[in-house]
This record gives sequence, C-alpha cells and structure tokens, in this order.
Amino acid sequence: MISLRTRLLLILIASTSAIWLCGFAWIYVDARQETQHLLDRRLMEAARMVLSLSAPGMPASDPNLPVVVSAGGPIAGASYEHILTCQVWSFDGRLVGRSGNAPASKLTEEPTGFSERVVDGEIYRVYAAEDPIKRVRVLVGDNLEQRQQFVRDLVRSLLVPAAFILPMLALLIWISVKQGLEPLQRATKSLSARGAENLTPLDVGRSPSEIRPLINALNGLFGKVVAAREHERSFVAYAAHEMRTPLAGLKTQVQIAAQATVPEMRKNALCQALKGVDRTSRLVQQLLAMSRLDASPPRLQDQWINLAAAFHDVTASMSRELLPERVTIAASVRNHSVAIDREMFDLAARNLVENALQLTPPDGTVRLSATQEGQEAKICIEDDGPGIPCGEEELVLQRFFRGRHKSATGSGLGLAIVTTALDRAGAKLRLCRPGTGHGLRAEIIVSANRLRLDDAA
Amino acid sequence: MRILVVEDDPILLDGLTTGLTLHGMAADGVDTCEDAYAALATTTFSAIVLDLMLPDGSGIDVLRHLRLRNDATPVLLLTARDAVEDRVKGLDEGADDYLGKPFDLEEVAARLRALDRRAQGRASPKLVFQSLVLDPGSLEVTLNDKPVHLSRREFGVLRALMLRPGIVCSRSQLEDQLYGWQEEVGSNAVEVHIHNLRAKIGRRYIQTLRGLGYRIRIEAP
Repeated sequence: MISLRTRLLLILIASTSAIWLCGFAWIYVDARQETQHLLDRRLMEAARMVLSLSAPGMPASDPNLPVVVSAGGPIAGASYEHILTCQVWSFDGRLVGRSGNAPASKLTEEPTGFSERVVDGEIYRVYAAEDPIKRVRVLVGDNLEQRQQFVRDLVRSLLVPAAFILPMLALLIWISVKQGLEPLQRATKSLSARGAENLTPLDVGRSPSEIRPLINALNGLFGKVVAAREHERSFVAYAAHEMRTPLAGLKTQVQIAAQATVPEMRKNALCQALKGVDRTSRLVQQLLAMSRLDASPPRLQDQWINLAAAFHDVTASMSRELLPERVTIAASVRNHSVAIDREMFDLAARNLVENALQLTPPDGTVRLSATQEGQEAKICIEDDGPGIPCGEEELVLQRFFRGRHKSATGSGLGLAIVTTALDRAGAKLRLCRPGTGHGLRAEIIVSANRLRLDDAA
Repeated sequence: MRILVVEDDPILLDGLTTGLTLHGMAADGVDTCEDAYAALATTTFSAIVLDLMLPDGSGIDVLRHLRLRNDATPVLLLTARDAVEDRVKGLDEGADDYLGKPFDLEEVAARLRALDRRAQGRASPKLVFQSLVLDPGSLEVTLNDKPVHLSRREFGVLRALMLRPGIVCSRSQLEDQLYGWQEEVGSNAVEVHIHNLRAKIGRRYIQTLRGLGYRIRIEAP
C-alpha cells in the first residue's frame, strides 16, 4: 500500500495535468477555428479590394499588355510576411496581374467562393471574386501551412509559461498535502514513539474531526487491553497468593514429619500433608476450570439434559470421601429435562453438590429438586450445612473468598466458578436459606421454557 | 515460652502449633480474629504469630487492638502477599517482624526466639547462671560444660526460671508457660518437673518458696 501522501500527490498532479491538457486542447481547437474564420474574412476583403482597384475593362481590353507583377519578396525576420497571394485573371483566361509570391498557374478553377487546392506542392486556401462588368476575376489565396504555423505558434506561446507554472503547482500541491496531513503525522509519531507497555489513552484534544473517530477507537481498544491485562494480572496474583498458604502448611507438616520423635506425631503430620496435597491439587483444578471459563466463548450449545442423569454423572465421579450417597434426588428432578450447555451445567452442578456435601455433617443429606414458578424454573440443591453467615451473601460469590464456615478442602473458587459458568449458559445462581431454617439452598434459575417435563418418566 | 498462632488455614495452623512444640514452645492456635481477642484477653503470651488474611477481618485489626491496649507482646506477621507496601504497613502498625509464606519452621522458631530475647532486653541468646547454661535455640543445657538431658517440659521450667534469676514464678505462671489450652495439666505436674530437674542439675539452683512458687537461688547457699 503506497503512503497516503504519495497517493494524494499522484491524484492531485494527475488531475491537474489532465485539466491543463484539456484546456490546451480546447484553446488549440478554438484558436484554429477563430483564425480560420478571421483569415477567411481577410481573404474576402482583400479580393474585394483588389477587384475594386482594377480599372474597368482596361487590362482585359488589351491582351498584349504585360502581366503586372507587384514587387517584393520575403522580408527577413518577419514570419508572417506574404501570407496572401493574389492573381487577377481576365474572363478570357489571361493572367492580368499577380503578387510577387504567387505562382504562375491558376490558383483555383472555381469561378467564385472558397476552395482549397494544391499548387506547386503547397496547399492554398483561395477566395475567388469576379466582376462581370470589368470582366476580371480576382483570386486571393493563403498558404495553409503558414496558417497552421500561426495557430501552432499561438499555442506554443501558451505552453512555455505553463512549463514553468506546472512544476511550481506540483511543489505547491506537495507542500499543501504535507501540511494537510500534519495532524495524522503527529498522531502516527506519538503512537510509534510510545513503548509496548504504554497503554494510556491518546490525547484527542486538537486532532481534526476526521481522525478523531480513529483515535477514539484506538483509545477504546487500549482501555479493553488494559482491563484484560489487569484482570489477568490480578488473577495470577490471586492464584499465586492462594497457593502460598497451602504450600506453607505442606512444608511445615513435612518438616514436622522429618523431625518428629514420636511415631504418632509423624503419622499425624503425614496425614495432614496428604490432606494439604489433596487441597492444593483441587485448588489447581479449580484454577484451571476458572481460566478455561474465562477463555471460553460467551454462548455455547444448548441441549436437553435429563436432570437426574446429569446429577448422577456428577456424583458418580466424586471422591468417595465426600460420601456422595447422601445426595437424595426428588421425583421432580427425575422427570425434568433442562435445555442448557452440558459442560457449563456439569461444572456448576459439580461445584454446588461438592460444596453442599463438604458443608453437610456426615449424618445430614443433600436434597435435589426442580420446580417451576411463573416465568422461572429452578433447580435446587439444599444442604444441612451451617449456611452462609449474615453479611457474607455477596462475598461468597467472589473469587478466592473463603467464608467463616469453610471446609478444609475449599479453594474459595467454587461459587465464583458456578456463577461464571451459569452466566455463560444464560442461567443465574441464587443462594437463600431453605424453609427448614438451617443449611443453604442454592438455586439454578433458568427461564420457564428451558425446563420441560419428560413424557417417559 | 507460650506462643499464640492466629492462622485460618487448618493444615498450616496444625503444622505451626505442632512444629513450635517441637522447638520447645507451648503453642495455642486460633483461626479467627474473634478467637484471637478472646485468647489475648485471658492469657499472656511470649509472642504472637499472626496471619494477615483472616475470615472475619485482617490480622492488622488484631495488631491494632493489641497495641491500643498498650500490649507490647512481640508480633510476627505471616502473609502470602509480598508487596513491600503490605510489609511496611504491617511493621508500621506495630508488628515486630515479618515472614512471607511459604516459610521454614526453623526460621519461624528462630525469629520467635529473637523477638522474645529482644522483648526481654537480653543481649546473649543463651541464658547463663553461674555454671548453668541454657541455649533456647538448640534446646541444650550444660552444667559445668557437661550436657544435661532434659525433657521438653523440664527445659521449659528451667528456661522460665532462668529468664529472671531470683524472681519468683508461681505454679500457675509456670503452667501457663508450659501447657497450651488443649493439654491436660496434672495437679502436681510442675512439682514433678521441679523434682526431676533437681535430680539432674542438683538441688542448689532451684529454691522452693512455700505457697508462692519457685525461683533460681541467687544468694550463696
């Protein structure tokens, strides 16, 4: 792609030259016609003048008189001398007189009016006029070659100044284009001068209205990049920070195991270290899930999923230590299907059920149900845990927040993953206290048309 | 040396309390600010290990609360954040030392000993009384340059007495220094430890003041 300046320069110079050329062509054609017309009038006038001057009957009456030849030849230095050629013929075909530059042969055979003819190798435009009383015919001719020379000279006299003006015009165009593109140049300079890390918005202030949208768009883009980077940075910082505490615990426990003198103490330390490893690997898993969610496209493929089957898959792959057999599935779950993205639903359901199992005492239950209320359909997960303390309802949804009633294996990411996954799938999460007054009820809310009763069930 | 550990991560809390016990300290663990306030109200600690991020508030709040009461107990801050501002803020709020996670158990113990030494205005890390030398770092005691093997509790009793020779330590004060809340203290546990100590280092160092407690005898026997 050629530069904007070269492009503008080429277009301007080409169009200016074209206009100049057209102008010249017009002047040339017009000047030729005008001179033709003017010189024709001169021919006519000259013929009439010669005719009026010739004595009546005189030259014609006496055939023995010699031919009158006017004196004079070409005068040096005068370009348009002797354009006119004149012959006077008697009606009986005798040459009565002629001008010095005229050929001896007849200029035209036409009795009257204009005609063109080649005489002695040169083209003449001839006007013939006759006087029937004096019985003479006057032929006045112009050398056409000379006529054209005259027009050419006229045009040339215009071309010479143009040859000086055109380069000056080109220079002026070049300067104007440079000046006109100056704001763009400035913006480009300030852009190329900034480092890769500099994402501060460009100054819109004095920029012209044509490039303002471009600068605004760029600033918008900068803003987005900054936000994305900030998000990434804080995520990485949080992740690193969250890894440190379990790692510190792990290290301390391993050191105790290495130093312990009592076997019981060593066994306990190793047991704690094992728990720490479990928790850290779960944290890593959750972090991976979170970063996958952050990267996934906003809208995914909805499909009809039977709730009981989906929850069964989720509990079947869970660690036995969580005692997944405590999950009870209501009939409403068994005979309902939901239209949702499978992966997102699995992620949300797994985290919610895991949370519920972790917080429920070993003899408690986790109850799954599905209901429809007006425009909303709810899939509910109820547990017998301690619930969410007052004031933490909003906080629990934040990444890495671990509330007062936290479990040893919690990463603080579970509910953040659930809300993000459900948001991607076009659903919502609501947390509330169940009717029994204790525990927690997590509701996955979708629009009513996305939940249907299965006929087979 | 009685230590309070305030840390919300259960595995790390368990590791710290157990690990500090291995280093001859009696450690109590709590995992919320609220519990920390309760512990500080009832017990005197030699030092506090304080995590910054707690579920019901910040460790800084606990620190402020402590310093507002004009309590000069040394505080070692633990934090997963390693930004300089965090450290500066913690130290400016009255913390005495700072340690980033993950850390070495040895280092925590060493820093706590250093904090304790500084709090008592001692120059030497070792406690020396006549020919009796006690090294809190290596948990070793020598008498006339010969090593004496003491149990963890016996070491604790001797250390508590040797900190201020001639000053009386009551039985309950000694119990506080030796046992955490979770530990069962027998009614005559301290007497037993004193008895065993006398058997190992000789009778002349520890004096019993009936009804008051025990002290290192400074006058000539």
